[in-house]
Amino acid sequence: MVHRYLNNGYYIVLDVNSGSVHNVDKLVYDLLEIYEELSDENKLNQNLIVSKALNSGFKYEMSDDDGKLVPAGEEDIKEAVGEITELIKGGMLYTKDVYENAIEKFLEQPSLVKALCLHIAHDCNLRCKYCFAEEGEYHGRRCLMSYETGKKALDFLVANSGVRKNLEVDFFGGEPLMNFKVVKDLVRYGRSIEKENNKRFRFTLTTNGTYLNDEIMEFANKEMSNLVLSIDGRKEVNDAMRPMAGGKGTYDIIVPKFIKAANSRDQMNYYVRGTYTHFNLDFSEDVLHLADLGFKQISVEPVVAPKDEAYALKEEDLPILLEQYDILAKEMLKRSKEGRAFNFFHFMIDLDGGPCVYKRLSGCGAGCEYLAVTPWGDLYPCHQFVGEEQFKLGDVDNGIQKTELSKQFRGSNVYTKEKCQNCFAKFYCSGGCAANSYHFSGSINGSYDVGCELQKKRIECAIMMKVAKMEEEENEE
Amino acid sequence: MKHIKTVNTRDLKKSMAKGGCGECQTSCQSACKTSCTVGNQSCEKIK
Repeated sequence: MVHRYLNNGYYIVLDVNSGSVHNVDKLVYDLLEIYEELSDENKLNQNLIVSKALNSGFKYEMSDDDGKLVPAGEEDIKEAVGEITELIKGGMLYTKDVYENAIEKFLEQPSLVKALCLHIAHDCNLRCKYCFAEEGEYHGRRCLMSYETGKKALDFLVANSGVRKNLEVDFFGGEPLMNFKVVKDLVRYGRSIEKENNKRFRFTLTTNGTYLNDEIMEFANKEMSNLVLSIDGRKEVNDAMRPMAGGKGTYDIIVPKFIKAANSRDQMNYYVRGTYTHFNLDFSEDVLHLADLGFKQISVEPVVAPKDEAYALKEEDLPILLEQYDILAKEMLKRSKEGRAFNFFHFMIDLDGGPCVYKRLSGCGAGCEYLAVTPWGDLYPCHQFVGEEQFKLGDVDNGIQKTELSKQFRGSNVYTKEKCQNCFAKFYCSGGCAANSYHFSGSINGSYDVGCELQKKRIECAIMMKVAKMEEEENEE
Repeated sequence: MKHIKTVNTRDLKKSMAKGGCGECQTSCQSACKTSCTVGNQSCEKIK
C-alpha cells in the first residue's frame, strides 16, 4: 500500500508496509498514479509505464533548478520511472504486508501485565465539563485508594509481569494529589521491591495542578519519570471548561505552578496537556499560547464525548480542525528555524528508531498488558472503561477472572478492524483506542471515525515536518 | 537520485526479526489517555 499526499508544498510518498518515506518531485508524484492500476509484475515494466505516461495526454511537470515547474520530457519520465523501479526493487515501495501471520504467532506468547493506571482518587476539586470520569466519580462513588489496596496492585503487577523489566504505574484520578500521602507511600513501596524482583518502576503522575507545591514538585522530580499537567490553553478557553467546584476558573492558579514545575524539570519529561472541544475549534491558538508561556512539551488533544454533548466534536468540524493541524505544523517549523522550537505530542514521530512492527500492530495493550485499578481494587481494561460493570475484569485480590474478555482485548489488532485494512495510518496508531471504538461503534474492533480522520492528519503533518527538516539540513550543508 | 529523496526510516519488515520484546512504553501512559499513538514511541533496544 502506498499513500501519496501533498502538504506544505512537499510531495510525500509513504510506503505503508515497509515504513519508508520518500520526498519526491511532482513528476514522480504524478507518475505513481499510473502504478496504482498495475500488477506487481507490470510495476517493474519500465517501457510499459513510460509508454502509458507518454500516451496519457497528461502534461507531466517537474521543477527546474530554480524550483519553477517546467514540462517534463521523455528522458525525464524515463529517468523518474528508473528511480521508482530502484525503490521497488530495494523493498522501499509497493512492499507486501507480511505481518498478519507474524502477529498471530506473537499473540501466542503468554500475556503479561506491564502497566497500571492507578485510580488513586475517585474525587476531584475541579468540575471540568468534559470529564469522562464524571468529576472523578466514574459513575460510582467518591473514594480514595488505601495504601493496602495500592500495595496489592503493585504486587499484582510484579507477579504478573513475567520477564518484563520495565513496569509503568500512572497515578491518575480524579485528582491524585487529593491522596498524595498514599502516592508517596506507594512509590516508596515500589522502590523497595524493585531489586529483589529485578524490576524497574516508571512512575508518572497526571494532575490538575491546583495542589502542586514545592514539596510535591521535589518529590515528583525525584520519582516521576513523566508529569502530565492539565491545562487547556488560553485563559478563557481553560476557565470555561476547567472551573473549580465553586465555579472559579483555574488558569491563574495553575499557570505559575506549571511554569515552575516545567522549569524545575529542565523543560523535559513532562507535558502540559489540554483538551480541545467544539468550543475552541481554533485550538492551534491554544497550543501556541502554551508555547508562548514558555512550555516546551505540549499535548493538546481532541475531546472524546457522547455525540449529544454541546462541546463534542462533530463531523462538520473536521475541515476546520484539519486546517488547524496544518497551521500549527507550519508555525512550528517557522519557530524551530527561529530557535523557538517546542514539541507537540501528536506531531512527534520516530521514523528511524520507532517501535517494532509487533508494537505497531498489537494495539494499546488495554485489557491485557495495561489495566486500570479502581480505588477499591477492581481491575478494568483501561481508565476509560472504569465504571462500566460489564468490563470489570477482576480485582487485585483474585487477579483477572474474566479471562475471555481479556483475550478479546489481546486479540484486537489492526487485522481484526475492518476500517484499518486500507488505512495508511494503521502502523502509527496501531488500530486506535479500544475505548473510543467501543463507545462510538459498540465494538472494540469498530472505529471512531472523527478520531481516525484527526489521527491521519496528525501523522501526515508529523511526517511532513520530518521531510521539511531533512530539506533544511541538506540546504545548510 | 534526482527525483526522489528518501528519509531514513526503520525498516518494519526487518523489525520482525528482533522485535517484540515488549519493554517499550505503553502508549496510553505517555500523555494522551484518550487516543492511541505508537508511531512516536521509541524502541527500548534502539534508544
